[in-house]
Amino acid sequence: MSISIRQVSKTFGAFRALDGVNLEVPSGGLTALLGPSGSGKTTLLRIVAGLESVDEGTSGEILFDGQPVTDNPVNRRQVGFVFQHYALFRHMTVFENVAFGLRVKPRAQRPSQAEIRERVQELLRLVQLEQLAQRFPSQLSGGQRQRIALARALAIQPRVLLLDEPFGALDAQVRAELRRWLRHLHDTIHVTSIFVTHDQEEALEVADRVVVMNRGRIEQVGEPNEVFQNPATEFVMKFLGDVNVFHGRLHNAEPVFTGEPAAGDAVRLLVRPHDLTVQMQPGDGVSLQARVYRVLLAGSLVKIELTSQGRVVQVHVPHETYRATPVVAGQEVYLVPKVSRLYGAEAEAIEYVI
Amino acid sequence: MNRLKFKQNSVLPGFGLSLGFTVFYLSLIVLVPLSALILRSAEGGLEGFWRTVSQPRVLASFRVTFASALQAALLNVVFGVTVAWFLVRGRFPLKRLVDALVDLPFAMPTAVSGIALTALLAPNSALGLALARLGVQVAFTPHGITVAMIFIGLPFVIRSVQPALADLSAELEEAASSLGATRAQTLWRVVLPLLAPSILSGFTLAFARALGEYGSVVFIAGNMPMRTEIASLLIITKLEQFDYTGATAIAVALLALSLLGILAINLIQARAARHWGN
Repeated sequence: MSISIRQVSKTFGAFRALDGVNLEVPSGGLTALLGPSGSGKTTLLRIVAGLESVDEGTSGEILFDGQPVTDNPVNRRQVGFVFQHYALFRHMTVFENVAFGLRVKPRAQRPSQAEIRERVQELLRLVQLEQLAQRFPSQLSGGQRQRIALARALAIQPRVLLLDEPFGALDAQVRAELRRWLRHLHDTIHVTSIFVTHDQEEALEVADRVVVMNRGRIEQVGEPNEVFQNPATEFVMKFLGDVNVFHGRLHNAEPVFTGEPAAGDAVRLLVRPHDLTVQMQPGDGVSLQARVYRVLLAGSLVKIELTSQGRVVQVHVPHETYRATPVVAGQEVYLVPKVSRLYGAEAEAIEYVI
Repeated sequence: MNRLKFKQNSVLPGFGLSLGFTVFYLSLIVLVPLSALILRSAEGGLEGFWRTVSQPRVLASFRVTFASALQAALLNVVFGVTVAWFLVRGRFPLKRLVDALVDLPFAMPTAVSGIALTALLAPNSALGLALARLGVQVAFTPHGITVAMIFIGLPFVIRSVQPALADLSAELEEAASSLGATRAQTLWRVVLPLLAPSILSGFTLAFARALGEYGSVVFIAGNMPMRTEIASLLIITKLEQFDYTGATAIAVALLALSLLGILAINLIQARAARHWGN
């Protein structure tokens, strides 16, 4: 089931949560809505679900497979919705929680007791929690609760599955495990899914497509690789991973890095920590003088912390590279970007190859 | 002492001290006066006790009291939950004022509310006349008793349901409707079961309060023996006739019946709490 979002705006009081958003979500994929808090990602998800309405008097529309569903209330939209804090019914057993969506169906469509039992067992098998059918939600761990919430959402055979920060309330280890599991689950059932997250690692790891949002607008849509390698805007570049920023200005159409945020023709060079090399001598192109502050050898990469132009710079290099050219704290070195992006006042990438 | 402990190992010390205080305090405030009451009622002997409480007039007063209190508490559940819902979920000006008004029946001297209700509903008042034209008489009938009991019991239900309702996350309702439930199904299968413990405790408090109510009921009830005479009034009547043994006998019977009722409700509540984990 494909989803089309057309010209959707949403205002809460004076706050513009969504500003004319357009998005096509292809059928069968797992799409991540990624953005900082207040970017409108959860609002957009809730509008797709029907838990919020688009602003009155606007032409905003939601279509499932080309059919408008904007006027369908949530209980007739047939969407599976998974909440950050699970929202399980604590007065019902796990079994009854999962069965809920089947029991509230209109009498004519309601499956028989035997069918309900079979279907619930099947879903509990899918989320690997069959043995917990008679427990109450309060007796489960966070990860188990979220899997039950997912099974409950899948019970109604949703046309689309929507997950609002599904791993947000879990601790780091369970989180990593559960997101791999979600990816596997999605590869088994192929229901069109959208999940909201503010964790770029989660989005890049789990999703087929990533939608980066900021201030109620979509900044970029693309495959994880694409948005990471070719960020469309400075915001996307900064949001998708650690980044070093060097301030400068344009001088005769060439950037000069002074470290001062200048007015007018100011430019910013953005470089990821693993795209900087540390050299003893200045290179041919852009080279920035820096002083080593600290070297951290623990971890899969060597992390070198430096100061340059009064700011802290992070460089990540593989252990072999570091062994070939070791540096120590206090040493004067030059930083040469391998891959970088230059942004001007408008925060759009300036065509400039170093 | 092995079996007598706080439920879990508590960081709070002093189980012995708090046990001692609880027993002492409850004895002083509740058990001592009650034992005095029971001792006094026993003066007439078992036979005398039975003779007093089995009089048709006394039995009728029990019937009137319990029936009205039950009706009032049930209606209070309906109204109380509705008002609590409105106070928690609604957004309107002067909400704080309305919220404060709820406690007024607590604060008003019961005789004042009794007189106010009587003045409002008496057959010669405007409302009384209007109701009489519809063929309904409230004042000086059992309905009047129920009305007074609703008035004094309403805050109990509202105040016990309000916090539970405020705790109820809107996500639960959203989850239910995303699973296809209608508003009514969500209310019936999700919201009400989750509110049930607090509704039940509000009901118990309102019911218990109504059973013992005197001041606000006597003015509007009309106090006709066999029809609109409540048990507390009968106790006062006996006292005025210096029949202390008779008065205490009725009181003890009323108490025993109330205790049975409240105990039954508490049992249901405990079972529900165990059933739902937390």
